[in-house]
Amino acid sequence: MTDQPTTPVPLSSSVVAEAKRLRNARYALLAPGILTIFCIGIMPLSIVLVYSFLEPGDFGGVSWVLSFDAYVQLMFEEDIFDGTLSFTTDYMEIFMRSVSLALFTTVACLLVGFPTAYFIATQPPARRNAWLFLITIPFWTNLLIRTYAMLLILRDQGVINLSLIETGLIDSPIPMLYTDFAVCLGLVYAYLPFMVLPIFASLEKLDFRLVEASYDLYATRFKVLKRIIIPLAKPGIAAGCILVLIPSLGAFITPALLGGGKSLMLGNLIELQFGQARNWPFGSAIALVLMVMVMLSLIFYLRFGAKKGTPAHG
Amino acid sequence: MSKPTATAAIDIRETSKIYGNDRASGVVALDEVSLVIEDNEFFTLLGPSGCGKTTLLRLIAGFEQPTHGEIVLFGEHLEGLPPYKRPVNTVFQHYALFPHMTVAENISFGLEMLDKPASEISSVVKEVLGLVQMDHLADRKTDQLSGGQQQRVALARALAPKPKVLLLDEPLSALDFKLRKEMQVELKRLQNETGITFIFVTHDQEEALTMSDRVAVMRDGLILQVGTPSEIYDRPARRFVADFIGDINILKGSIVSRNGSRAKVKLEAGHEGEAGLPTNAESLGQEVSIAIRPEQLSFVTEAAAAHLSGAIEHISYFGSGFDYQILMPTGEKVMLQSQNRGGENLAFQLGDQVHIAISDNSMQILAD
Repeated sequence: MTDQPTTPVPLSSSVVAEAKRLRNARYALLAPGILTIFCIGIMPLSIVLVYSFLEPGDFGGVSWVLSFDAYVQLMFEEDIFDGTLSFTTDYMEIFMRSVSLALFTTVACLLVGFPTAYFIATQPPARRNAWLFLITIPFWTNLLIRTYAMLLILRDQGVINLSLIETGLIDSPIPMLYTDFAVCLGLVYAYLPFMVLPIFASLEKLDFRLVEASYDLYATRFKVLKRIIIPLAKPGIAAGCILVLIPSLGAFITPALLGGGKSLMLGNLIELQFGQARNWPFGSAIALVLMVMVMLSLIFYLRFGAKKGTPAHG
Repeated sequence: MSKPTATAAIDIRETSKIYGNDRASGVVALDEVSLVIEDNEFFTLLGPSGCGKTTLLRLIAGFEQPTHGEIVLFGEHLEGLPPYKRPVNTVFQHYALFPHMTVAENISFGLEMLDKPASEISSVVKEVLGLVQMDHLADRKTDQLSGGQQQRVALARALAPKPKVLLLDEPLSALDFKLRKEMQVELKRLQNETGITFIFVTHDQEEALTMSDRVAVMRDGLILQVGTPSEIYDRPARRFVADFIGDINILKGSIVSRNGSRAKVKLEAGHEGEAGLPTNAESLGQEVSIAIRPEQLSFVTEAAAAHLSGAIEHISYFGSGFDYQILMPTGEKVMLQSQNRGGENLAFQLGDQVHIAISDNSMQILAD
């Protein structure tokens, strides 16, 4: 024993202080993330939410009067003269058209993107990067420019029609531009990398010894694809589909240019409300309804779709 | 070359596998190998890594095609058949269990691919689960299993379709020592119970000796010797085989006289005795290498009964016994292994002069 008196250590208080210090440090470190989410996520969304319950201002913007008109307008048409409401499917049709076109785009992207991703994933590692590089090159150019390029290819005097006429396969140009086909093609072109990259990422992790094992267990090529490769690539496929579906639903440059404004899509409708129509609350309401729809379908997918046969570690 | 018999499970005929363009610039993984594996045999391909044993297995499974030669399975030529059309199944080194399926789904996969009726599938799955003692874990995901359990599932999965031949590619190498011992017994039992021909690939000589009916020792794409474990161990034909399997003393000597498969040899260290002669004939008087296993040597007290003598240079203790390294007057060293029988061996110390007797019939002439 030493002669020195033992100083009482304020154990509990030091532990508390330490915990507090840690908590503060944690918040400090999280601050940039929280700030970012708040500024570019929560705040704009809140503005859109608030605006959708206001009345349109005369020259754009909003006037601060509580109103549910924006949501009523989605389903009902107001008679200009007596102000009575009658049910209308006009906007529903735009919704349905957008959803079906977006779904079609997603399926087309999947059909093209999966084989592409599989091809890249099975290349030797050195060559993989080159292929990925090629996939991402179009991204270096503005989407508008790329869409114009598409326009040049598809129009009546475009590359496809001219070469078909030159070779004598057809006499008059096939009308391709300003159709749903053109919009879909444009969307597939714009969003294909979003499909290829996540699928590639999950196929790259795939243990090809499993493929060998299933060949050994009497699985034909098709069965291997169906029972082993696709189920194991499912997280990538799901991510790719979500990444293509969501921007396709809201796309407006591509439908405007390649669809010729003939068939209005949600993105164009929203753009219209914030632009020429000067009805910001209605535009906000459409945007919110679109968002809720996407969220509901994602929740539905995660609840029911993901349970069945998805890898636990996916 | 042995003739294919009606019962031969696998008949490999002068089969080569060359990676690359040709023999000169490519890599010869398998060099004109001929081998007949009988039905219901536990056959082991033993050799160091890169000896071609896995290549041979992959050729049988159909993952690779031979460059030359042919492989016949129960009379059926396998040439050009993809893996999914061959009635053989593989247990892979890293199991390759399907991570998105349960144990039972893994096992039923092969049966489903063969379009077996559901009732048959469920009864077979039950049967093989019982066979590998995994009944209680049928609904687990495979990543929730221990290494040993995964090993059992991999075995069950490969056995479920009742293959004509089961290929095992170093399946025990990822297990720890104790589990490996257990699985060795287990594998042997499974082979007996199912009656399926097992072709087992390993680099572990002990594994090969304990389980196999016959062993083929391979090196550099060639099969050096085929035989029962005791033939391989007691009568190694080649220096490499003797060296690769167990510990061995290789002493210099010469052939005095020959009599069929036996020969009288004179060791440089002095002793004269009978030794086994490999098929490749050695001429009289020629200097040869003579192999003696360390456990075939024993200490004797009287110099008259001794075959060899020398001084103890090193003693190592390994629990169940002792290894003595003895330096002989010729400069050659021999290793003597003795069982631990409770201290009596400790009578010797470093530097002691000892006399050694060689057991009868324990010398073997080696070809290089």
